[in-house]
Amino acid sequence: MEITFNFNKQSRVLAIAFFVALGLYSCSKNEEKDSKYYESITIDGQKTAELTAPPFVPKPVGDRSATKLVVNMEIKEQEGEMVDGVKYTYWTFGGSVPGSFIRTRVGDEVEFHLKNHPDNKMPHNIDLHAVTGPGGGATSSLVAPGHEKVFNFKTLNPGLYVYHCATAPVGMHIANGMYGLILVEPEGGLPPVDKEYYIMQGDFYTKGNYGEQGSQPFDMNKAIKEQPDYVVFNGKVGALTGDKALTAKKGETVRIYMGNGGPNLVSSFHAIGEIFDKVHVEGGDLINKNVQTTLIPAGGAAIVEFKVEVPGTFILVDHSIFRAFNKGALGMLKVEGDDTKNVYSGTTQEGIYLPEGGTIQNMPKVKGVTKSVAVKTVAEHVKAGKQLYGRTCLACHQSEGQGIPNAFPPLAKSDFLNANSDRAINAVLHGLSGEVTVNGKKFNNVMTSQNLTDDEVASVLTYVYDSWGNNKTVVTPAMVKKLRGKVAPKVKDIHE
Amino acid sequence: MLNMKKFLPLFLFLITASLWSQVVKMASIERGTFVPLYGATSKKPVQVEAFSLDIYPVTNAQFLEFLKKYPENSRSRMKGIFADKSYLSHWESDFNYGSANLSTAPVTNISWFTAKKYCECQGKRLPTMDEWEYVAMADEKRIDARTKENFNNYILSWYEKPKTYANPVGRTFKNYWGVYDMHGLVWEWTADFNSVFLSGESRKDKDTDRNLFCGSGSVNATDLMNYAAFMRYAFRGSLKARFTTKNLGFRCAKDKK
Repeated sequence: MEITFNFNKQSRVLAIAFFVALGLYSCSKNEEKDSKYYESITIDGQKTAELTAPPFVPKPVGDRSATKLVVNMEIKEQEGEMVDGVKYTYWTFGGSVPGSFIRTRVGDEVEFHLKNHPDNKMPHNIDLHAVTGPGGGATSSLVAPGHEKVFNFKTLNPGLYVYHCATAPVGMHIANGMYGLILVEPEGGLPPVDKEYYIMQGDFYTKGNYGEQGSQPFDMNKAIKEQPDYVVFNGKVGALTGDKALTAKKGETVRIYMGNGGPNLVSSFHAIGEIFDKVHVEGGDLINKNVQTTLIPAGGAAIVEFKVEVPGTFILVDHSIFRAFNKGALGMLKVEGDDTKNVYSGTTQEGIYLPEGGTIQNMPKVKGVTKSVAVKTVAEHVKAGKQLYGRTCLACHQSEGQGIPNAFPPLAKSDFLNANSDRAINAVLHGLSGEVTVNGKKFNNVMTSQNLTDDEVASVLTYVYDSWGNNKTVVTPAMVKKLRGKVAPKVKDIHE
Repeated sequence: MLNMKKFLPLFLFLITASLWSQVVKMASIERGTFVPLYGATSKKPVQVEAFSLDIYPVTNAQFLEFLKKYPENSRSRMKGIFADKSYLSHWESDFNYGSANLSTAPVTNISWFTAKKYCECQGKRLPTMDEWEYVAMADEKRIDARTKENFNNYILSWYEKPKTYANPVGRTFKNYWGVYDMHGLVWEWTADFNSVFLSGESRKDKDTDRNLFCGSGSVNATDLMNYAAFMRYAFRGSLKARFTTKNLGFRCAKDKK
């Protein structure tokens, strides 16, 4: 009896274990949850959504239960600065470009209040890509200045989505900055990380070319031709550089919610010196690992995550690289901490490289001992220097020596140049790195040493000193030669 | 009796003077045809009969006069179905536009109902959308300057100028008809502002679903590049007759006898 009973008990346990296993199996099968399942989620209570301006995001919400979430979004048309001295009238969701970050979880019922500020001139609406319904909400939300529209939707698909204005002419509203991101977290939320940031790329079209001063109106023709003057992160040149750089500590994991408002361009998002450990491709469920550059379509987004193992400044760019260095699509992430030599050593050795063998006879003289070069007049130096400038310096310092704010210092009317010509010669010969102050603005970047002969250095510097309001110093090949032999002084010494 | 005789001319003079002050100068608009961006059922030109149009938008001072005569239109007595809460909200009180607003600035935060009422009380009416657009396409020299780049740029630049509603009337250019401020100051009500049906979803308006929308002939803009005008139609499309906004004023029109 006893034995039989035990057997029965055992088999009962087995049976229970079997059913539990079956249950688990069906549960795991259920992980492929569809929107029908999310539609059935019931909501609990009511909350007002926390909204944040970029580059910040609201606190995670994925671990709370689904709720009725009230979003109050105010539209403001306001003047801002695209780059130093260039004014632009932005149209914004919440007073920032990109607009306020909205954080929801799947199953939430969002009650969206779209408010058009009374001082505004334009009617606006909103199309949220997270909405399942006509126009993504646009059909229900056209709102006149001084008014408010309310509509409701349930979030049925987890992911990171773009929202934007869709009022005629749609392209113009988007081009003026009317886009942002809405995150729909999965049940339980995304895995916790140390730092979360919000970036959006956008292209801007102005009457004047890049950097042309004053108030710049929107240019419809350039927009139709898809020829932007500015391609920027977070609405303006330098929104994420210098003091406004993103920050992290060594060893932390950083998550960036990266969107692309367009209106036209697709972004090749890349962090120089980092590899994305994880990318939620196109903001959806698919996770790709170990990605160098991720493509972000206009009207699309991606979530990228990476652990910062090494301290330093990491440059975030659109790797369509002229956009980064000539149109503004450049941001910075500053990582603090001690060096991690086993991951990245820094320069360990610096020396002279002299190729050996018969070919050396034909190589250009790298030491600057020029082959019989006719002595040039100042005018000839200026003429030759102009051509050299065009192919060597222009990419960074720009055609009129204006430089690029927050990245490359100006050469025009440059106090840095005019104060000390030896310092300028050294920079061309040996390169320059570290912080310098030019015309009251701080720059912290690297200039490589230029492979030019003494005569060429003399020409290009004489040209620069002769141009754009500089003090017309004449740099001679002899002056260059004198400094070439010496060891490059440290930045600190250069900077005095 | 003697006294009466003495004062009668003066009395009459005062009456005419006060009447004169109420007479607002109007420009004479000749009849003509044009193809509007929207609103024509076909792309055929629309005929506009000769009419008169106020040279300037109605100002704060003029509207105050009107309110004194017809106090039922004052802010505190306005009924919610005829104007929303922001009706004259930038004024200091019912009968005082306050020191923050110029007497010569266009009156704004006015609903369609009150604008219509105002014009009727002057023996006038609101201009139709076609009339308004017909006059608005003129620059200083031409009846139709819509294809001129400078003209369009002028209109567009207004969209980027903040707080123009606070400016006095008559400071923009005088157009072919002698009318000021059609562009560059405020939006203006028209009698049939909502006759062109643009749904809130402007992208959808490109489909010509002729059975669904009454104004569907409208959906093919005669010139999509004419987005300066496009904005006006989009703005009108967002309005309801009781709405009032800070950038929206009006002026009156009159039939020619």
